[in-house]
Amino acid sequence: MSEQLLGINDLHVAFSTRRGMVEAVRGVTLSVGKGEMLGLVGESGSGKSVTGFATTRLLDAAGRVTGGKILFRGQDVTKLRGDDLRHLQGAAMSMIFQNPRAALNPIRAIGLQIADAILTHKKISKDAARAEALDLLRAVQIRDPEARMNAYPHELSGGMCQRVMIAIAISCNPALLIADEPTTGLDVTTQKVVMDLLADIAAARGMATILITHDLGLAARYCRRIAVMERGRIVEEASPKTLFTAPQHAYTRRLVAASPTATSRIEDLVTEQERERYATVVSKPRQDPAHGTPPLLEVRKLAKRFDQGSAAVADFSMTMAGGESVGLVGESGSGKSTTSRMICRLIDPSEGDIVFDGQSIGHVASRDFHRSPLRKDIQMVFQDPNESLNPRFTAFDCIAHPLMRLDGMRAGDALRKRVEECAERVGLPLDLLPRFPHQLSGGQKARVGIARAIACRPRLLVLDEPTAALDVSVQAVVLQLLDRLRRENDIALLFVSHDLNVVRMLCDRTIVLRNGGIVEQGESRALFDNPKTDYTRKLVEAIPHIETGPALAAAL
Amino acid sequence: MTTGLGATLVRAGRRLLSSLPALFGVLVFTFLLMRVLPGDPAVFFASGPNAGKEEIEQIRKQMGLDKSVPEQLVFYLSDIGHGNLGRSMMTGQPVLKDLRERLPASLELTFTALLIALIAAVPLGVVAALRPGSVVDHGVRLFCALGVCVPTFVSGLLLIYVFYYLLGLAPDPTGRIDVFTSLPPQRTGFLSIDFLLAGDVEGWWAACKQLILPAVSMALFVIAPLARITRASMLVSLGSDFVRTARSVGLSCRKVVVTYALRNAILPVITIAGIVFSTMLGANVLVEKVFSWPGVASYALDALLSSDYAPVQGFVLLMASLFVLVNLVVDICYGIADPRVSIE
Repeated sequence: MSEQLLGINDLHVAFSTRRGMVEAVRGVTLSVGKGEMLGLVGESGSGKSVTGFATTRLLDAAGRVTGGKILFRGQDVTKLRGDDLRHLQGAAMSMIFQNPRAALNPIRAIGLQIADAILTHKKISKDAARAEALDLLRAVQIRDPEARMNAYPHELSGGMCQRVMIAIAISCNPALLIADEPTTGLDVTTQKVVMDLLADIAAARGMATILITHDLGLAARYCRRIAVMERGRIVEEASPKTLFTAPQHAYTRRLVAASPTATSRIEDLVTEQERERYATVVSKPRQDPAHGTPPLLEVRKLAKRFDQGSAAVADFSMTMAGGESVGLVGESGSGKSTTSRMICRLIDPSEGDIVFDGQSIGHVASRDFHRSPLRKDIQMVFQDPNESLNPRFTAFDCIAHPLMRLDGMRAGDALRKRVEECAERVGLPLDLLPRFPHQLSGGQKARVGIARAIACRPRLLVLDEPTAALDVSVQAVVLQLLDRLRRENDIALLFVSHDLNVVRMLCDRTIVLRNGGIVEQGESRALFDNPKTDYTRKLVEAIPHIETGPALAAAL
Repeated sequence: MTTGLGATLVRAGRRLLSSLPALFGVLVFTFLLMRVLPGDPAVFFASGPNAGKEEIEQIRKQMGLDKSVPEQLVFYLSDIGHGNLGRSMMTGQPVLKDLRERLPASLELTFTALLIALIAAVPLGVVAALRPGSVVDHGVRLFCALGVCVPTFVSGLLLIYVFYYLLGLAPDPTGRIDVFTSLPPQRTGFLSIDFLLAGDVEGWWAACKQLILPAVSMALFVIAPLARITRASMLVSLGSDFVRTARSVGLSCRKVVVTYALRNAILPVITIAGIVFSTMLGANVLVEKVFSWPGVASYALDALLSSDYAPVQGFVLLMASLFVLVNLVVDICYGIADPRVSIE
């Protein structure tokens, strides 16, 4: 290994909370060599970000390093004070954050923000700093940099903002760059461009980089060495190849299994021992609908125009049979969420018709649709499990609410039984029902959201990125649950997602959207293995793959 | 930037147009309210308690009160349309002239009070937000609570007692200026500015001394909401991602707090300051009374007590228009301070 730049030695970080001190990092030991790119992988709460923040001394006021050392060029970072610390931050090490738009000052032009960082560490004139900022914008490949100097963050896309953030981070040529989930929330194609840029810049300037991410595939693509963290400890550290072929630790095995790949199936996502819980499910073989039966859902030439006049969705047609699962994929702005909301009758289409089970529902105004008898047949699971549950409703109330509103049930034993039955079907322990959303974990909240959606026994379930906010291991379980529900109850699933690997596993058919129009559609596996259009190919290639099977065998 | 400003102006113009119906509503409502309030202005303004029925009837006719209410309303509206707010029975002068004379006094007082309040409240809020839960934070909270708890006329009297009666630092709390001081030529109507324009420093100082006590007692009352909102929005700002970014590149503490945190935190303070200003302008009657300040609020109160319709109606119309105007200014300020607004 090359010369050591950063050495973290038995680091402990604790946060003071209402329930006393909580240890977020318990004994992390890591080292990063000059110019090396290290992946730090773990799920939420594993302490990976806290390790990063402790290194750059950006912990919240509540957080404290309670033990261990962080040696940067032989100097203990945890003991730096005042000016020494400021010379370190930005000049010697800097950081890139998860949500690029929030990480930039919303009311300051980006050119000024970059210049601020430069002026902090270099004694040069304002004009010189401005010129350097312009060069940096060029370095991060922002088109038309002169004009962008005066732009505000809200005028730029998420990927652009992240490039500006990178420009700020590298403005003083730091020796170490810590990237905390730099591409989470960005489209896969943007993710690839931003990560390639980051890797190139790091290589060109000889910067060491720590890539903190929850995405094993991403880490594997860009890092030679990966450290896996779980509950504040590093459980395994190895090259990506070793990690995927021969994971040593049980947690790593679970994580590797849960990460969807190009070839994985839903059943593979969880390890043997967890699978047993689902083994009892007998999946009914699906019968092809008899010839001539009308499709469950038929969408004809749907279009949506918003005020500005440009069409968010145009000429969208599709059909779905009962019990079928269809994936709707595309980048942000492709109109997939708008389409799903029109089908759910949450917003009104500008043109076209939606026929559900032989009845036209496209012309029922969305604010009256809740009175339609078909409301309970079409239900929705939303993206963010935190935001989509009423914080003042217990899990029980959340699930009971649609039953009372749409099924006309009254509070009583029958209702209680139905709610408990729903909870059981989604694998939510009954003792969690009296809890409020903030007392539940992300996965549990997702289950409540799904239980609420299936409570009225819908025939079509529309899922808008239901697992985007979840950890991979939780996502694996939720996907399995959805697949089981579909098989058991013959619910048709319309699955909206940007995660192609997930869609490939869960959906029979896939529709690729771009700029509000259908680019390509067909049977999922065929579509992904043999994309017909350049756009789909670009999407598929942008997914960070975990090399398994033959590809890896060839490499070995 | 120019497009942003243009968009802001268009938005402000639209806002102005949409407030016209509300202004009209205020006009009609006040008119009707004055008519249903008990008390007959004709009786009040008759020559004396012994005035005969005929005399009262004559005054009534003279004032147009013998006509039906809708008719009176039509006359009133057409007068307003011609820029005539009517004549005050109390002062015998046109209401427009009275208001024009008194409004600068009220505005000067309110502006000064708001300025004092902002100068005190923003730093207090910032200091409190920098160390939440500390002694400083609790001290600011206590100060704010006291400011709100003590009514302005009490704090006004207290200030007079201490600074005029005990210490003798302040001049007589009687109006805007000593009766013996010669007034500067009127240009803005704001005495402190007019004195400066006339180059009369001594007069300016005298006017300022008269102004400071009433302004402070008004400011005390509004420091609390301003400081609290500053503190709350500073806390949000300081905890935001972009402040963390600023810290991560090692910006100086001053730059982080002022340029990054405070400039963002000040946005809601602008809105609140606009509301506070409008409220102060109408509600400072107590301060005007205590300090014998010749402002519009005390003028309207006197008119109301003597059932003098025209000045009250004129005052309400003035206040409503000022409220619209202040909101407009706030809107424009907001549009300039926050580049995101213009895209909506």
